[in-house]
Amino acid sequence: MDQSHIRNFSIIAHIDHGKSTLADRILELTDAVSAREMREQVLDTMDLERERGITIKAQAVRVTWKGHELNLIDTPGHVDFTYEVSRSLQACEGALLVVDAAQGIEAQTLANAYLAIENGLEIVPVANKIDLPQADPEGTAVEVADLLGDDPSRVIRISAKTGTNVAEVLDAIVERVPAPEGDPDAASRALVFDSSYDQYRGVVAFVRVVDGSFARRESLQSMATGTRFEAEELGFFSPTMRPVDSLSAGEVGYVITGLKDVSRLRVGDTITSVARRAKQPLPGYKDVKPMVFAGLFPTDSDAYPELRDALERLKLNDAALFYEPETSQALGFGFRCGFLGLLHMEIVRERLEREFDLDLLVTAPNVAYRVQEKSSDEWREVHNPAEFPREVEEVEEPYVKASIIVPKEYVGTVMEQNNDRRGTFDHLEYLSPERVHLTYELPLAEIVLDYYDQLKSRTRGYASFDYDMIGFKPGDLVRVDVLVGGEPVDALSLIVYRDFAYERGRLLVEKLREEIPRQMFDVPIQAAIGARVIARETVKARRKDVLAKCYGGDITRKRKLLEKQKAGKRRMKQVGAVEVPQEAFLAVLNIGKGQQ
Amino acid sequence: MSVRHLYVHLPFCAHRCGYCDFVTAVGRSDRHAAYVDALLRELAQERRVLADLETVFLGGGTPTFTAVSELMRLLGELPAAQEVTVEANPETVTPALARTLRGAGVTRVSLGAQSFRPHLLGVLERGAQPDDVRRAFAHLRDAGFDNLSLDLIYGIPNQTVTDLEGDLADAIALAPEHLSCYELEAKPGTRFTHAWGEELARQAEAMEDYFERVVATLIGAGYRWYETANFCRGNKRSLHNLGYWLGHDYLGIGVGAVSTIGGERRRNTPKLSRYLAGDYAREVEALDDGTRARERLMLGLRLDDPLPLAGLEHALDPAGLARAEKLGLAEQRDAALTLTERGRFLGGAVTAELLAR
Repeated sequence: MDQSHIRNFSIIAHIDHGKSTLADRILELTDAVSAREMREQVLDTMDLERERGITIKAQAVRVTWKGHELNLIDTPGHVDFTYEVSRSLQACEGALLVVDAAQGIEAQTLANAYLAIENGLEIVPVANKIDLPQADPEGTAVEVADLLGDDPSRVIRISAKTGTNVAEVLDAIVERVPAPEGDPDAASRALVFDSSYDQYRGVVAFVRVVDGSFARRESLQSMATGTRFEAEELGFFSPTMRPVDSLSAGEVGYVITGLKDVSRLRVGDTITSVARRAKQPLPGYKDVKPMVFAGLFPTDSDAYPELRDALERLKLNDAALFYEPETSQALGFGFRCGFLGLLHMEIVRERLEREFDLDLLVTAPNVAYRVQEKSSDEWREVHNPAEFPREVEEVEEPYVKASIIVPKEYVGTVMEQNNDRRGTFDHLEYLSPERVHLTYELPLAEIVLDYYDQLKSRTRGYASFDYDMIGFKPGDLVRVDVLVGGEPVDALSLIVYRDFAYERGRLLVEKLREEIPRQMFDVPIQAAIGARVIARETVKARRKDVLAKCYGGDITRKRKLLEKQKAGKRRMKQVGAVEVPQEAFLAVLNIGKGQQ
Repeated sequence: MSVRHLYVHLPFCAHRCGYCDFVTAVGRSDRHAAYVDALLRELAQERRVLADLETVFLGGGTPTFTAVSELMRLLGELPAAQEVTVEANPETVTPALARTLRGAGVTRVSLGAQSFRPHLLGVLERGAQPDDVRRAFAHLRDAGFDNLSLDLIYGIPNQTVTDLEGDLADAIALAPEHLSCYELEAKPGTRFTHAWGEELARQAEAMEDYFERVVATLIGAGYRWYETANFCRGNKRSLHNLGYWLGHDYLGIGVGAVSTIGGERRRNTPKLSRYLAGDYAREVEALDDGTRARERLMLGLRLDDPLPLAGLEHALDPAGLARAEKLGLAEQRDAALTLTERGRFLGGAVTAELLAR
């Protein structure tokens, strides 16, 4: 199709603001799918997404409206996938900014709206859910227009649920969103904005053709990773797969590559033709690096091979997931895994437990550190507190810019929380007379441990929160080790800001004293920085543990009790002579909770 | 077959105590004769497994609550044995009963005293008062019994250290040849746990050293701590129970009674009506070599005598044994295993440690 009749757009919305419902209405209205055959919310495919109300893997759907080809590119809705969102946005010329008229703008909306503006997209603002009695379409329109520097009258008031004014939205896309402007005759280039792995067909890349065109069976190459493959099939979704012979400039579709691993064709990479190779890749490719790390150990150490296979299979579909074998003295064999952020970690963990039926022990998450050891001028990255050198010349930790929107009465408590967490105030503005947008720079490490939970409880659930990585900065950090019965427990080591070390160490040993059952001997629990003990507690020895009576009538029952006791020991992790229940390794997750 | 130990269960009681989880039947005096008939019928059926008996033990329930004539008929029919024990509640022991038991060949009486503090006997719902215990004891002595045992319970809700020391002193003053001292077990589902469970949990820490006090006091009074919960003077161990702890086979007859014979354990129905009808509805458990070895370990380590390890090697976890030795809880000498004093206080945990995976 002639590029002037193509419109590529995505939908930006906070969770539950109605993105999926609007997408459904668009598909219905354009006859892409009949109401009868329509499953609720066709774009979200995975159960998990449906349950969480978020979209992990983007897809693109082609519809036609009044002689135009409209490509709706779905974007992931969460902070951890900022890079994927930015690639999806780069594949578009416009975006619908959908705001719940009963809720107003939320932090995630804001972050993605800014991202869209930075990418030069035409924003079509939409106030949704006007059918709700508590909706304030006018106030929302003013808030959104202020954000965009637009006129409130251009904010389309709709109800995706009832279908009210959805046709106007489609008209606005045709009218306001610019047509693609690539060169159809130039060497071909396509942006990979997402990919997924199919068991039978290999890697399926979702692409936006920018210049030139691609034909079926053509030999192709990715420019960043250099991977060569053949276009086994080209096509688009409408909303099911429709194969075509070629995709040309301005169009959005899929390429079936036959590749066996998504990491060989990364999001953000540029695909070109081997025969007519483009000179320059499309801008913006980044090798996304995991920033949050945690150890994953099977609860039953015999399940290690299953965990390895499961991670291998997840990795096929999730290029951002990183893992390497880890051996912990305390927890045995497992994997140190890297994630884009906390939500990504939670999703991976849930998929492992749900889809692969694994019972996992996940250690407290930590961030990536850049470390320069004494007597060395080389920097290296450390992903595991147990590998953090005790003597460091310099350390850097990742920082984020946190964006928080709250009703004005909570500004004080939010500022207090950020100050307690080593935050540096950046900016404050009123979005409306009632709502304030605050930004802070914070170490990522401060966010990783229950920051969001605490923010929610301080603001009675009213705060919305988002963050963006802004790079590494120096930090005065120390490694705190925990010794149980005199033996260091690698899985409990933590890296903390020096001023917080005593408090954290004290809370951690207190928590451990509650978690570790009494043994047949006294068990000292210590927190130490190097050789210096900063906190200590003792689990007193048990003085008796016998089965009171045992005669002919109850030998079987007593034997079973002992066998159960023995089996209970097996579930414990042995630290030296001390039996430590697995839950104790999560103690570090719970320190600091219940303080305020 | 050569079973040398016979257990006879007599389930009848005047009252079911709140903490009890044995097979009991309250009252039912109209069934006593039928029950003794049923016992004798079962005994006749099983008799061929018995060799010359070493011990007979009449347990309950309250054996001495059974109608005296029926009890005598039963005793008259039982095979002779070196040790014949009858369990008795103090309030049931009259001079006549004591003489009758003695005359019927009973060699040993085990008296359920439990405590000498009236308020604690109340908590336990026991029918006897402290003086009943003393009187019963005197009657038994007068009848010529030279092997008497007292049961004591400690760790009773509201029991202070002074209460405990008083109970031990009162028991020692009677100079029984044998004492069984049990920590009160609040078993899940019993009426007692329902009423006292929370209180017991609250006092657990305060009562933590009661076991140590019991052992120290009785050893101080010249008793031998020959089994986790049992003490004796001279050589007056309970030979019947020793049979269990040494892993001997035994035949149990009566409602709910358990037998272990030649690698098979079976339990009669706990339902009185079924048992009376001769329907034993036995629950059978096959004991393989590994299970038997684990039981030998569990039972043998309750005793003060060293446990010979020959044949038990595969039931032992060598790493667990090494840990227990290192912690000073167990000692291995001449291919036999002994728990140290502290090891015996922690006997259950140590055994779990020693059991092979």
